Amino acid sequence: MADSISLNLISGRTIQQGVAMEGGKEKPAYTDACGIIEIDPADFKRLGVYRNTNVRVTSDHGTVVVKAIEATQGPHPGLAYIPMGPWANAVVNPNTYGMGMPTFKGTPIQVSIATNEPVLSSVKLVQKLVKE
Amino acid sequence: MAKTVTDVICPFCGTLCDDLEVQVSDDGTKILEVYNACAIGAEKFLHSQAKDRITRPRMQQEDGSYKEVSYDDAIEYTAQMLANAKKPLMYGWSSTSCEAQSVGHEIAETVGGVVDNTATVCHGSSLIAIQDVGIPSCTLGEIKNRADVVVFWGCNPSHAHPRHLSRYSIFPRGFFTGKGHKGRKMIVVDPRNTDTMKMADIGLQLEQGRDYELLSALRVAFRGEDLPDVVAGISKERIFEAAEVLKNARFGVIFFGMGVTQTLGKNHNIDEAIMVTKDLNEFTKFSIIAMRGHYNVTGSGAVLGWQFGFPFATDLSRGFARYNPGETTSNDLLRRDEVDAVFVLGSDPGAHFPISSVRKIARLPSVAVDPHITPTTEISKLHVPVAFVGVEVGGCCYRMDNGPSESRKVVEPPEGMMTDAEFLSRVRDRVGELKGKAPVGSPSTAQVQGA
Ligand code: SF4
Repeated sequence: MADSISLNLISGRTIQQGVAMEGGKEKPAYTDACGIIEIDPADFKRLGVYRNTNVRVTSDHGTVVVKAIEATQGPHPGLAYIPMGPWANAVVNPNTYGMGMPTFKGTPIQVSIATNEPVLSSVKLVQKLVKE
Repeated sequence: MAKTVTDVICPFCGTLCDDLEVQVSDDGTKILEVYNACAIGAEKFLHSQAKDRITRPRMQQEDGSYKEVSYDDAIEYTAQMLANAKKPLMYGWSSTSCEAQSVGHEIAETVGGVVDNTATVCHGSSLIAIQDVGIPSCTLGEIKNRADVVVFWGCNPSHAHPRHLSRYSIFPRGFFTGKGHKGRKMIVVDPRNTDTMKMADIGLQLEQGRDYELLSALRVAFRGEDLPDVVAGISKERIFEAAEVLKNARFGVIFFGMGVTQTLGKNHNIDEAIMVTKDLNEFTKFSIIAMRGHYNVTGSGAVLGWQFGFPFATDLSRGFARYNPGETTSNDLLRRDEVDAVFVLGSDPGAHFPISSVRKIARLPSVAVDPHITPTTEISKLHVPVAFVGVEVGGCCYRMDNGPSESRKVVEPPEGMMTDAEFLSRVRDRVGELKGKAPVGSPSTAQVQGA
């Protein structure tokens, strides 16, 4: 068990993300669909937490609290997945390296336990982060 | 009694399914049921009916709350913001019709703005690669009727384009593909064992970020040269096995997505994927297609292309069109503080841009035109709700293979609600007045409203 573990973060679409987004990004279903991080069982063991615990994800570019769930499309030890949305975009690498596209995939992250910290809704999260 | 509208186009993803059937109430105001769509498409139609939908523009107040304003006020605010800005960013365009896009471009030309669409965070890399090395491509119909080897590289259609496999690429029986999926070989390349990979004949779960290496290794394998034992986490035996299947196709296709365009290497990954396709054409017939996300991002590129010559990131601030990804792309402009106002229509950068760019939007004068409440509308100074294109108003849309289709109106929008083409036309006319010129040859507001 470690205080925090290092993982490589990617993001992308899921069908739940698509449905919840069309249902309304201000609704709780969108937070349930995208305010999560999918982690491999091996990495759960390293971190020493139960499934469905809130965790803090931190990169060089930001930090965000999401709920850790077991990888739905694994195994992929060492790799973490946050569905595309404001939670992922709080930590992704925004550098375009001179060609326009931020580097959405392959951001080194630290994941630590944050049992008592809440996962904010999309609107609250963005409204809070833009003030920082 | 209810009536059924047939041959409806789904305005969600680039698959642009055109076989939906929508049951509406007799007075044409309510959607009762949606047939043939996937879960996402059905939700899009049904959510348009939500009781708590916003139907009038809202202006942000000092304390951050929003107050309802009239469409006239919203038009005036938007026109003033754009006309007074030195270099406004006009971003989005991928969830609206080509007709609306065209009016938006007229405004950008008048005010000297930058027009950019969601390709900038999606397939912009692909567009750059296509300009570098060209693209051997085909239509989805050809794939349905001919393809016997189908590759999905860095894309997960089971989640992002749910009906792609059943309508075009894997399951349908076509003219030369009478056995359906039994006659097709499916290869999936992804760093995760995705739901799409679980269906594949060959699944290559590569190390994240090593797409370029694996693509290059395939090119080596086609030529029968030797490879290191492992490339990108895949053994050389499996690479040779995949190369054989690809070479022995009668008609093959590579579909690719964000896994390659957003990973380091970006446009160079796509260069290499296109060169793999080119190499394969020495053995057989092969095509490559980008899995475009929004239902009309392809249309935005097409309209920008025929009007200004560039498919995204088009800077009109000097009075002529310039295009230089890395400089005229939204995230670079925002990061470098090179724009002084932001107009968003048909997209949600608040949710889908890195937060550092969103922070910049929140600090600038900003207008978001969107039927939904989104993180973008909730940080913008003005939110203008509009009718849903493809549900409450028709218009032209382009499928991912560059084929245009006409989307349909199936129900009436809420009373008094504007469409985005109407809103844009009014803004264009007002901007023309403020800038002291009427655009030449453009259809008047009345014509657009009548259309
Ligand atoms: S696959 Fe795409 S276009 Fe087809 S119904 Fe689903 S969301 Fe709509």
